[in-house]
Amino acid sequence: MIEEPLVRWDWIARNWDSGSPSAISTLLENHVVTAFLPVLLGLVVALPLGLACARWRWLYQPTAALMNVTYSLPSLVLFSVFLSVTGLTRATVVIPLTFFALAILIPAVVDGLASVPDPVRQSAVAMGFRPARRLLRVELPVAVPVVLAGLRVATVSSISLVSVGALIGQGGLGNLFIDGWQRQFYTPIVVGIALIVLLAVLADGLLVLAQRLLTPWSRARSTA
Amino acid sequence: MNWLADFFGDSAHWSGPDGIPVRLLEHLGYSAAAFLVAALIAVPLGMLIGHTGRGALLVVVAANAARALPTLGLLVLVVLLAGVGTVLPVLVPLIVLAVPPILVNTYEGLRGVDADLRDAAYGMGLRGPQVLFRTLTPVALPLILLGLRLSAIQVVSTATVAAFVGLGGLGRFIIDGLATKAYSSVIGGAVLVAALALAVQFGFLLLDRVVVSPGVRQTR
Amino acid sequence: MITFEGVTKRYRDGTVAVDDLSLEVPTGAITVFVGPSGCGKTTSLRMINRMIDATSGRIALDGQDVREIDPPTLRRGIGYVIQQAGLFPHRRIVDNVATVPYLLGWNKKKARARAMELLELVGLDAGLANRYPFQLSGGQQQRVGVARALAADPPVLLMDEPFSAVDPVVRASLQDELLRLQSELRKTIVFVTHDIDEAVKLGDTVAVLRVGGRLAQMAGPATLLTEPADDFVRGFLGRDRGIRRLSFISAKEVRLGPAPPDLVTGEDGRPLGWRTGDGLAAYGTFDPETDSLRAALDAALLSPNGVAVAVDEEGRVRGVAGRDAIDELLAEYAPPVRGAGSAEEAPA
Repeated sequence: MIEEPLVRWDWIARNWDSGSPSAISTLLENHVVTAFLPVLLGLVVALPLGLACARWRWLYQPTAALMNVTYSLPSLVLFSVFLSVTGLTRATVVIPLTFFALAILIPAVVDGLASVPDPVRQSAVAMGFRPARRLLRVELPVAVPVVLAGLRVATVSSISLVSVGALIGQGGLGNLFIDGWQRQFYTPIVVGIALIVLLAVLADGLLVLAQRLLTPWSRARSTA
Repeated sequence: MNWLADFFGDSAHWSGPDGIPVRLLEHLGYSAAAFLVAALIAVPLGMLIGHTGRGALLVVVAANAARALPTLGLLVLVVLLAGVGTVLPVLVPLIVLAVPPILVNTYEGLRGVDADLRDAAYGMGLRGPQVLFRTLTPVALPLILLGLRLSAIQVVSTATVAAFVGLGGLGRFIIDGLATKAYSSVIGGAVLVAALALAVQFGFLLLDRVVVSPGVRQTR
Repeated sequence: MITFEGVTKRYRDGTVAVDDLSLEVPTGAITVFVGPSGCGKTTSLRMINRMIDATSGRIALDGQDVREIDPPTLRRGIGYVIQQAGLFPHRRIVDNVATVPYLLGWNKKKARARAMELLELVGLDAGLANRYPFQLSGGQQQRVGVARALAADPPVLLMDEPFSAVDPVVRASLQDELLRLQSELRKTIVFVTHDIDEAVKLGDTVAVLRVGGRLAQMAGPATLLTEPADDFVRGFLGRDRGIRRLSFISAKEVRLGPAPPDLVTGEDGRPLGWRTGDGLAAYGTFDPETDSLRAALDAALLSPNGVAVAVDEEGRVRGVAGRDAIDELLAEYAPPVRGAGSAEEAPA
């Protein structure tokens, strides 16, 4: 119905850094902040919570159930609910996305700690590690690959989910979809999708790199 | 709370083409259609790849792509390209996004079956399809169901967003409410979708109880 | 009878798992394939039921080349037991055992009745029939594995390290159970293990394989112990071959003398000990009816005066055997004399 090329490069050039709030570079910046903040917050909360769940197993069942329920809620539903609390602000997107990140990261931390082989834990105890030091020096490092795997999923999901926030005006690059839809114009949509996927691939790659650097001993296992 | 009372208390919300029952049925209809098509594609494909081990790369790519692709962008693009007004173009992205969770979990489920078990099954004289259907599938069933559940929830969620590109369903209350700043409608719609998502979640947990052998459930 | 004729298995990467193997597995007896890891014993076993196909050579089952038989059909006629039992976790024990009868199209009632029979045969309580595998101990699962392999009454049984994942006490009882079953059933059994003691205990014939998949020696266990073919077999058999060999000689023929007065017995006729100056000393017993010469010698070594106490199955004293009596039998069963350069050099 619209005789348009899929991508108009001149439009991209004009709107990349136009200085207006709808400039692509501004949206990209917004997107990055709105996507990474929840993952960061999630990690900060998930580490102690996950540790607590691993330490007191009875905590895990209800926590996992709650996270499971949270995860099953559509993002738009949570955005709508928080709209009544935090209004049309970035928090309305960041808070629900933090919950989603938690739903992935808490199980990852618990599974990661559970992945520490019992002989490893036992020999650390036998060598005289105190609990705190054992956690820091033995258990957490061994858990890193599993936690990082969770972090990768949480990060990529977060980057993609931010765009739904465009429906309440907080979607970063997602705003390009609304713009394109309203003007029946492909270019912003294609640019939005491409940048989001690119961002996701980039972030994922950086995390894989981080894992290689953090846990050189697990390289063989992570490719298996 | 007042918003909820406003929304659910209004009798106009309970009848007519904009009423809750009609919207709910629409939502269920689109979701079920997309989910069924996705399951019909992804379960056999996942079983085939898991059993033969060929095409595993496809699974990895699908898993990553599904997570990274922005739902809203895909919906808007496909509907603009295909033309606004009909339901079919909206179903396409719904199906595309519903396939990967099923595909990945079916594949992982079959791959994860103990090699000894596979060996024992062949060793006793089961033929290829018998090994697949009588041994591998029942043991992989918890993961296959997990994939179906994640996919069903994904469909319900995507169908909500799809109201933006003109699909009916419960998402209408949210999208229209946002457009007209009628927050009681936004909240009311959100509560309805949440209830539906939880009902789907619960339904699958129930199904898991019924169809998964206790011998398999206990070992996980 | 199963015959291997020049069987070779070469993998695509060039490694040779089995190299020109020729041997005969006699009907109605236990043949053990034993050797270090990488000797091709499991590969050889799995070529019989075509879990692996040979690169060249021929394997025949009662004269028929196994490659002429469609693998599933072939396998349904051969029992197969593996290390971790490989029970189907989603099926109850009784249905696990009835797997092959179901495949052969038996009706459900008949298949289940047969399964119950077999559970009893392998010494499992009927109450376990409706449990799931995860509810059983490792030893019990392994018994179910054996029952499942026997379900359709196949003439041939292939056992791939079936007892190596259970603890030594359970393993010993499973081995005894297998020997008891075999004395009733007389199956043609091929048994793979890396444990030479298990091989010597179970095998009517033992085939020792060396790394690279070549047959080093094939013989009865007693012959193997006295006449190892070369240094490899000798090293693999380990120490104490002379004494272990005595396990294959019955103590029945040991000449018994009357119990001397300094052997104190209780009112029930069981021994209490040897009288010494200030009390009772230790003693050793053996049952001539069931024990081996090794047990008799061991009993003699446990007594301070070198006299073994022979008892009946109730543990009552039947007589005694001194070292001289044991020596007589040892001499009678001495290894055969060979020409110069024979197999009896000092162990390495």
